[in-house]
Amino acid sequence: MLGKTAGGLYWMFRYLERSESTARLVAAGQRIALTRSQPDEEWASVLDTTATWEAYVARHGTVRRDTAIRWMLCDRENPSSILSCIEAARANARMVRTALTREVWESVNETWMVLRDALGERLGERDLPAATALVLQRAHQVRGAFAGTMLRNDIFNFARLGTFAERADNTARLLDVKYYVLLPSAQAVGTTIDNVQWESILRSVSAEGAYRMTYGQEVRPRHIAQFLILDPRMPRSLAFAVGKLVDNYGYLARTYGHRMPSHEMTDALRATYLDRSIDTILADGLHEYLQDFLRDLAAIGTQTEQDYRFYA
Amino acid sequence: MTEIRRLSVRHITTYAYDAPQSWGLLRLRLTPRSHRFQRVLSWSVTLEGARRELGYEDHHRNLVDLASLEPGASTVIIRCEGEVEVTDNAGVLGSQGGFAPLWLFLRETPRTRPGPACSALVSRVMAAESETLNRLHALTRALAEGIVFAPGATDVASTGEEALAHGRGVCQDHAHAFLACARAMGVPARYVSGYLLMDRIEQEASHAWAEAWIEGLGWVGFDPANCICPDHRYIRLATGLDYGEASPVSGSRRGTGDESLSVHVEVAAQ
Amino acid sequence: MAFLHDIYHRQEIVRAGRLPAEMVARNDAFEPRMIGMEPPGGVYTHVVGIDLVRTGEDEFHVLEDNVRTPSGVSYMLENRETMLQMFPELFTQNRVKPVSHYPQALRRSLAACAPKGTAGEPVVAVLTPGLYNSAYYEHSFLADKMGVELVEGDDLRVVDGRLAMRTTEGYKSIDVLYRRVDDAFLDPLTFNPESRLGVPGLFDVYRAGRVTLANAPGTGIADDKAIYSYMPEIVRFYTGEAPLLRNVPTWRCSNPQELSHVLAHLDELVVKEVHGSGGYGMLIGPAASRAELAAFRAKLMANPGNYIAQPTLALSTVPVLTRAGLAPRHVDLRPYVLVSPEGVTITPGGLTRVALKAGSLVVNSSQGGGTKDTWVLED
Repeated sequence: MLGKTAGGLYWMFRYLERSESTARLVAAGQRIALTRSQPDEEWASVLDTTATWEAYVARHGTVRRDTAIRWMLCDRENPSSILSCIEAARANARMVRTALTREVWESVNETWMVLRDALGERLGERDLPAATALVLQRAHQVRGAFAGTMLRNDIFNFARLGTFAERADNTARLLDVKYYVLLPSAQAVGTTIDNVQWESILRSVSAEGAYRMTYGQEVRPRHIAQFLILDPRMPRSLAFAVGKLVDNYGYLARTYGHRMPSHEMTDALRATYLDRSIDTILADGLHEYLQDFLRDLAAIGTQTEQDYRFYA
Repeated sequence: MTEIRRLSVRHITTYAYDAPQSWGLLRLRLTPRSHRFQRVLSWSVTLEGARRELGYEDHHRNLVDLASLEPGASTVIIRCEGEVEVTDNAGVLGSQGGFAPLWLFLRETPRTRPGPACSALVSRVMAAESETLNRLHALTRALAEGIVFAPGATDVASTGEEALAHGRGVCQDHAHAFLACARAMGVPARYVSGYLLMDRIEQEASHAWAEAWIEGLGWVGFDPANCICPDHRYIRLATGLDYGEASPVSGSRRGTGDESLSVHVEVAAQ
Repeated sequence: MAFLHDIYHRQEIVRAGRLPAEMVARNDAFEPRMIGMEPPGGVYTHVVGIDLVRTGEDEFHVLEDNVRTPSGVSYMLENRETMLQMFPELFTQNRVKPVSHYPQALRRSLAACAPKGTAGEPVVAVLTPGLYNSAYYEHSFLADKMGVELVEGDDLRVVDGRLAMRTTEGYKSIDVLYRRVDDAFLDPLTFNPESRLGVPGLFDVYRAGRVTLANAPGTGIADDKAIYSYMPEIVRFYTGEAPLLRNVPTWRCSNPQELSHVLAHLDELVVKEVHGSGGYGMLIGPAASRAELAAFRAKLMANPGNYIAQPTLALSTVPVLTRAGLAPRHVDLRPYVLVSPEGVTITPGGLTRVALKAGSLVVNSSQGGGTKDTWVLED
């Protein structure tokens, strides 16, 4: 496979995953903003989670709900807006067209056409839930076409690496922006505000139901942290995403007959960050833990580009 | 009587880059061919900091090597060494094989496009002489006088017209001006790069001159920089429509930083 | 093709006085760097698209030869797919020869042109200018259907004296490059130094005989519109036989007598730029306004050598469904021909191009033309 194709697949799926994460964040953000006396503050934290707060402020100054929502949904100035992500995913899909099944290509292309229309015009607040739901629904459709039609070979593996590298990144960022509400000191408090925050985190990863199934009705920050960081059953947890990275690097090693530095780094990532108890993580400092995790994860991405010659 | 001479050549080209290079190519026209008046007895091209990728014969029948820089190279040294036996035939080479049609050598190139200076010279020479051979001798003399040897006054992209207009240049400019004028007179002409045995052994550059096609004689060499026709002191390396097609080394690289080039040539009679 | 080999070697046809030297010498499509080059397998034009028109019962003319990088074959294949889906019953009633094996035939034909000494199954790749090229879809379609890589210039590099593509497992050599990039952009070290589409050193690898370029650089000299008028003569020179397909009579405006004829009959003729393509820069006399004629006359007189003229042909028509019902529209047909040392393959079908405007003779897709599925029936 061409190095460029591997890179195109990787980024196509990173962008798809990012668009989906952003849609969840915006939906959860809207819910929490409704419960706030100063709703704009909540949007600032959502911007922070998508790592575009600085760019937003540089462009728009103060954070206001309308501009923030548009920024995340369809602003072309924001390379991580849902629309920008979908456009980038489609451009990458076009580039790697010969590696994709017709079904995957068509579902991505259609997603782009549908969302370009749905997100293109100015959205009212009332349209927001339907719009974010549409993004998620399209994401599920692409995933379905992908899972249902693609050969399980190196093409598949590079796509999966993109998906899970992005997912691990997005979940870690989400936790990092909200880490203070998950700190042990906050455990005892359990005010209404905190409850809303906790639920918002779960909603941001579509995990309210899964959480209840695992821990029951009562929402506790320690459990949330445990669930989203260490639980390998939870598909948006760091443990799950990193586990998939390890698996897919392993498949590549088998296909190509040798291991690469990025494989070692991913094994090390799992050993360093996921082979710990949640109490140690919280005691040692959740913020530092997540920052270090994000740094090492980014380094794996860079190493992967080199190992598999994405660029000339 | 014919005079034969055995010349030995050492030609070292060194590229020094400010920063290590990740990738680059060099196209080398550094291997002389044997022909009726030039016999290559031995010749070697060795590379340091680069490796030979392939070799072929181009459309002027030059022997070309393509080399790539070693990844991370910050210096490339190209070393040519050999011995060539040259026969004096007063510059007359006769017909040369190859399929390039004569009309090709009438084509203008950016470096050999005549301007006012060349056109004026052409009119003067055409008026003064009627035979092609005499015209070309007159042209050679006029250019030898009209362009004073002045290293640094021009560069590899300079045109023959510029050199003649400013009256300063090096052998490459003499050759380009010659080509511009000869072609303007309707005489097919080509650029030649090679070596020249001079009074001193050590030189800072290889040499360049021109050849023109004269009905009945074939290709005839003219060296306007030295105001003579090439004899048994001249070794031909490569020919082309201008410097661009006959230059001993050309290349392309991707990488930051400037490069500096130094050339060392030794030509000695055995 | 005998003509191309001759033009880039001894030029016997010029020596014999059958083709004036200036037709080659003054032609930008002549590529001096191809002089003396033996392309692998002796093939210059691996893929040829010949534009044919029908002007009467069993009367066909060659309107244009396309031997650079003819496009449109994906339309031929897609049109057939569409027809099969929409009118399956037609294909059970008629015995239509399939065209769907074209990509396999193309790959086989290209592979048969691999350089001497290629070990094992030759590696073929399609070179595209990239995503933003108007024919990108076709490039990716063909690569996909042939089962070969679709590469861009920055995927390629000269490695170990061969052309190689950057894969996830390192550089892998390519034996045959089906390039859909124009000559000028193939190699910045050799041709246009500004090109970012090409591969530095590609031409050196080619000249060294270590990669096949399909089609070869410099083939444009054979489909040039000025050379076109000599084509019957060229065919006779190399084969000793009269051509099977007629050429459209052509006046060369470079010739003063022919020019004066053209100027006198401008409103009846089609005048084309010698190096133009895509239907641009051309005059259709009968359809032109007086002002257009005057403007074209001035252009023509300023640079007559740049033009040829042909009679306005009564192109055949096919029915087309318009808003007002079925209506006739003019068409031409481009069959695709594959050439390799193993032989010449003519695809049983082709691209029928339709001028969608009533009365229009311009069928080029860049000028609002449409396409139709074309059948060749089994006997």
